[in-house]
Amino acid sequence: MMMASFNLPERIRQDFPILQRKVHGKDLVYLDNAASAQKPLAVIEGQREYLSNYHANIHRGAHHLAQLATEAFEGARGKIATHIGAAHTEEVVFTGGSTDAINLVAQAWGRANLTSDDTVLVTRMEHHANIVPWQMVCAEKGAKLVPVNVLEDGTLDLDDYASCLEQHQPKMVGFVHASNTLGTINPVAEMCAQAKAAGALTLVDGSQALPHLNIDVQAIDCDFYVATAHKAYGPTGLGFLYGKKSHLESMPPWRGGGEMIESVSFEGTTFNGLPHKFEAGTPHISGGIAFGIALDWMNGVGTENISHHETRLVEHAHAALGTLKGLQIIGTAPHKVGVVSLVVDGLHPYDLGTLLDGQGMAVRTGHHCTEPLMQHLGLESGTLRMSFAAYTTREEIDRAVIALDRAINMLR
Amino acid sequence: MSEGLISSRQQEVIEEFELFDDWMDKYEHLIELGKDIPAIQPHRKTDDHLIKGCQSKVWLAADETDSGAVEFTADSDAIITKGLVGLMVRVLSGADARAIAEADLHFLDAIGLHQHLSPTRSNGLASMVKQMRLYAAALAARQS
Repeated sequence: MMMASFNLPERIRQDFPILQRKVHGKDLVYLDNAASAQKPLAVIEGQREYLSNYHANIHRGAHHLAQLATEAFEGARGKIATHIGAAHTEEVVFTGGSTDAINLVAQAWGRANLTSDDTVLVTRMEHHANIVPWQMVCAEKGAKLVPVNVLEDGTLDLDDYASCLEQHQPKMVGFVHASNTLGTINPVAEMCAQAKAAGALTLVDGSQALPHLNIDVQAIDCDFYVATAHKAYGPTGLGFLYGKKSHLESMPPWRGGGEMIESVSFEGTTFNGLPHKFEAGTPHISGGIAFGIALDWMNGVGTENISHHETRLVEHAHAALGTLKGLQIIGTAPHKVGVVSLVVDGLHPYDLGTLLDGQGMAVRTGHHCTEPLMQHLGLESGTLRMSFAAYTTREEIDRAVIALDRAINMLR
Repeated sequence: MSEGLISSRQQEVIEEFELFDDWMDKYEHLIELGKDIPAIQPHRKTDDHLIKGCQSKVWLAADETDSGAVEFTADSDAIITKGLVGLMVRVLSGADARAIAEADLHFLDAIGLHQHLSPTRSNGLASMVKQMRLYAAALAARQS
């Protein structure tokens, strides 16, 4: 069901109490959604409701509260599985976030499967979270880590991707669904098909895609998909790993402890089945439940409506920012999520960001945890990034452009 | 006496900033101050003198004067950081080593710019203040 996207913020802004607040005496304009999105009342209340009404530890205890908490937490797993189109609910493993999920695969799969003859392929537009865990396991195993090039407009060099697959025959390929710095949406289904044809497994980092796009892991046909809750209107400290059942089954556990075992003795321990084998210790129960509510909220609004709205915002921002002298937009791929990175000739992003903060605008400046990308693009001081969410309005973008113009004049 | 120097300079900065009610005016002044900073000599703007923040870079050099005081020169690649660095240099440079090492720096708080010292800003300023104190403490130890 499509609805006129300009109505979207009008309908949902009252769901977000934080948007009412002021910063330095000015109305908050929150344009740092790629770092973390704000939370709707349903999520805030849902977490409160759990903590005040049915908190208990899950998967144990014969009592009523334990049962309610377990049902809600496992229900959230089911919501995630449905939301991303997983074939089986147990293919969804709760993690501490995307970073934690990638570390899980790098450690559990990587240590069991990588040797000094192997290569892991990533791209130059990866967040540090999809570089460093691979670097660590590659260093341990003597394997190679090779990056695929990024073109000047911020799209992935797909010719280089094809030749890297052929030349290096990687065992694993990791790439972002959407870039947190450039906004670029990668053709993940095609990339997975190519990797599969070359005999590689694939891990897609969906941290920036989950809040903006409909995700269907079976259509993408990736082997692993990771995302975090807090960028998708949910709580911090929680995310998930999706993995095809056969891979998760053959992978050894990573962290040991309670929950992940079937039986323990000093003679030998047997491990629990999926997904619990990868969930040692008491999980972030309130976070899991609240994430399920965040997905309900997103589905209530309609992911395609959010997507459509943000595309319009990006077009509007590109046009409005284009009027400022000396400003260059970094990342002009034809398909983008709600992320606009920019630099201004001769000015430091930190100065611009500080002067925007003074005018009530929250933006991010620096390298956005993508240092290799910044080096590749020759942007040593990074960029200033505005990133949008379902509640972002055109007026907010207009205000940000005026504020940016003022900052530029102050610094020149 | 030198301790008195640092606190009277802090007082001077506080009074200077009291003229600005508006947040943006304050920053405009800071940007102007950045232009007057006693700049580090170009040949010393090397990695040895670099303090790398996550967001902006700061270069700092320290020299002992004939009278045993410490003179600082500095620079930054961001103008606002440069203004803050300039204020720090203005307050501390030329004071005795021991006074710098032990100085109670409260002026950034008083002028409402303390957030720039917070680690989340990662602009290199907090590390620079630490470096200034370390240099001064080491020098004070040699002098005694």
